[in-house]
Amino acid sequence: MIFFNTILPSAISIATIFLFGCVGEIIMEKSGHLNLGIPGVMCFGTLGGCVGVSIFMSSYSSDPLSAPWFGLVLISLLFSALFSLIAGLIYAFLTVTLKCNQNVTGLALTTFGGGVVDLFMSTIDKSYFSYASKIIRYHLPFADSLGAFGKIFFGHGILVYLGIVIALITAFILKKTRVGLSLRSIGENPATADAQGINVTKYKYGAILIGSIIAGFGGLFYVMDYVGGSWENSGTIQAFGWLALALVIFTVWRPSLAIIGSIIFGLFFILPSYVSGISFVTMKVLKILPYVITVIVLIITSIVGKKGVQPPSSLGQSYFREER
Amino acid sequence: MVAKNNTKNINITFENISKSFGVVKANQNVNLDIYEGEILALLGENGSGKTTLMNMLSGIYYPDEGNIYVKGEKVNIASPKDAFSYHIGMIHQHFKLIDVFTSLENIVLGIESNVSKKQKWSYFFKNFYKKKEDRETKYIDRASVKDARPIVQEICDKYGFILDLDKKVYDMSVSEKQTLEIVKTLYRGADILILDEPTAVLTPIEIDKLFNVLRNMKNDGKSIIIITHKLNEVMEISDRVAVLRKGECIGSVVTKNTNEAELTEMMVGEKIELNIKRDEPVNPVDRLIVKDLECKNEDGREILHDVSFTARSGEILGIAGISGSGQKELLETIAGLIKGSSGEITYINPKTDKEVNLRSKSPAQIRDLGVRLSFVPEDRLGMGLVGNMDLVDNMMLRSYRKSKSHLVDRKKPTELANEVVNELGVSTPSIHTSVRKLSGGNVQKVLVGREIASHPKVLMVAYPVRGLDINSSYLIYNLLNEQKKKGTAIIYVGEDLDVLIALSDRILVIGDGEVRGLVDARKTTKREIGLLMTKKNEGGLDDDK
Repeated sequence: MIFFNTILPSAISIATIFLFGCVGEIIMEKSGHLNLGIPGVMCFGTLGGCVGVSIFMSSYSSDPLSAPWFGLVLISLLFSALFSLIAGLIYAFLTVTLKCNQNVTGLALTTFGGGVVDLFMSTIDKSYFSYASKIIRYHLPFADSLGAFGKIFFGHGILVYLGIVIALITAFILKKTRVGLSLRSIGENPATADAQGINVTKYKYGAILIGSIIAGFGGLFYVMDYVGGSWENSGTIQAFGWLALALVIFTVWRPSLAIIGSIIFGLFFILPSYVSGISFVTMKVLKILPYVITVIVLIITSIVGKKGVQPPSSLGQSYFREER
Repeated sequence: MVAKNNTKNINITFENISKSFGVVKANQNVNLDIYEGEILALLGENGSGKTTLMNMLSGIYYPDEGNIYVKGEKVNIASPKDAFSYHIGMIHQHFKLIDVFTSLENIVLGIESNVSKKQKWSYFFKNFYKKKEDRETKYIDRASVKDARPIVQEICDKYGFILDLDKKVYDMSVSEKQTLEIVKTLYRGADILILDEPTAVLTPIEIDKLFNVLRNMKNDGKSIIIITHKLNEVMEISDRVAVLRKGECIGSVVTKNTNEAELTEMMVGEKIELNIKRDEPVNPVDRLIVKDLECKNEDGREILHDVSFTARSGEILGIAGISGSGQKELLETIAGLIKGSSGEITYINPKTDKEVNLRSKSPAQIRDLGVRLSFVPEDRLGMGLVGNMDLVDNMMLRSYRKSKSHLVDRKKPTELANEVVNELGVSTPSIHTSVRKLSGGNVQKVLVGREIASHPKVLMVAYPVRGLDINSSYLIYNLLNEQKKKGTAIIYVGEDLDVLIALSDRILVIGDGEVRGLVDARKTTKREIGLLMTKKNEGGLDDDK
């Protein structure tokens, strides 16, 4: 029963970090942009969220727990989105407009994001973070009385559900709408999309900015919900960012599968802490499992070779209109 | 249905259209009318400007000079989108389809909705609570995959296309993809359809099918333009033929009133005297003997079929043929880049007179056998040189493996680079400039200079003067002639028949991967070569339709 009572609920919780990062990255990759800057973008999202929280909480310094739930969630999301947007803009400008190498730009963004968040987090007033986290984490009161069922389905803060909703909406848009069709065509063959009159640059910018915002929420969720408002350094967030990138491959570029995939990753991630009597080495080996599985998935999809489970064809390539 | 020429309306008029790319004039003062309900064949050699002309109609290029009229009205076509608004659609040789999408998704991709958001919402609010049978008739959104299905089906039935609307493009054959492209263009409302060499990739049965739907479309009043250089197809399908030569429109004739010989003459034109000096070969001996060479491409389609010829020392063997007839594959098979499936490539070593078989050997193995083979490929910056490296490093590419030391020796390549720059007059800021920054002609000089410096016994050059100006071209011809004097066997693949006739000693004509004939360049005519190139049944100048 410990599995359903404790392990699965916390796996779902941790999965949300992967889920945000993964869905954001999928949107970008569907436009043909491989953004290795996800860990950096998540750092920006974290920083933004923390800035928002600390501004908002400063007006409730006498009784921090009385801060309104809705206002706090909204402000933290807004600030997080704003900061991730900046990161997204940097990436989009460099790779779409200036057509820089996407891998180099992404990696630079990762290091940059880590540096920025480490630098500025030390200047932010973090004293109310634990209170803010309690408020953001608020879940429906009846969840506790429903046992394991309640814990799994109702025992999470709003951000967990936001992640799942975003994943489902993204899946719907990509699969069912004309916007999704156009976006996917750009990731597959931008020259064709261009010839059909689709504004490639507009779509790429849109996908990168929206994707960045979503990925940034992952960082916000990590600090304000998952770890309860404490702060160590950017390294902890970036580790999740890399796993989110792996998850994109694991879910074969499908946001709906990302929901399940992220929970599986989450399970692998926390399981070692619940298995008693294993050595330190075994624990580390268990933590490697998500990466190992990703590699296996990659091998399987390459062997199967079905076009439906391949990455977008023009992923990672800049589009030059003149080379027609 | 017999075309009634006098009652037909003019659909498109080209007036004095000119277009050049740098120094190359692709089109010069082209005047051409296209009528409603006809199939016009646009005939011409490679590089005669057929595709460029049509690209201007479909909005990919913009003419430098001249006007285009659609139905008597002067128009400005700046993009493919503009072309569609005038009901012009082009089907390119390389299909513009998204592999992972279905036919239907490809067809509606990028179409702007004809239904406004307001209409959609008002329909939704008026009807969403009603039962299915009580609802108003819904609008038809041409941009929606669901609504497009019956319309597309109707188009297919009308003209006789066979197309599975839910099949993914990656599962399709080339012919199916082409069908999809045509249907897609028709769905966008095209009345004027341009097909760029539509039969190049099809089997004979598929060609028949294509011609049938083209006739159906013609009878429906659509104008169809086929870009081609296959004479038999021109005779079979077209109502009228317009011939382009070196960017100029030579004229148009009604297909019924002409024959293949006349068209060939229009296509190749009068002989132009070129001032290329040609020495008699000095005691030629067999150097490279190719026998029954066969080669397949990735899809298993036969590219070369029973190709046999001999290249002799001190002689230039020209290879003529329509582009894509297997020239590239032939040279690459000899160079060891492609593995031939059967046949023999025998190299006779001039010093020892020993024979070596080169087929299925890698370039490195060929070199280790002591075979002095040089190859100047068509794709200069892709296969020949490394664009981002400077002249010295590019010179070194050919020789660094010879050194025994682990460190590279830059001294000799630097000397060679200087030599090439001085002797061939390469204009470059320095020998340490990356090759990518040089102009096309200078890049070619660097490449040819390097290959010649290795004192080859067999030198293969593919389209060496493509994109070069007159002076650079003559320089290359002279270099080849010098090599000829030194006893090198030269294989020259070219597209300009005048140059081939003036430069080569013998000319091998290939078509569809087969040898169509071997002629003496001193005695042959352009017409003879042209006919060998374009006609399936070789030789017969007289068997007109």
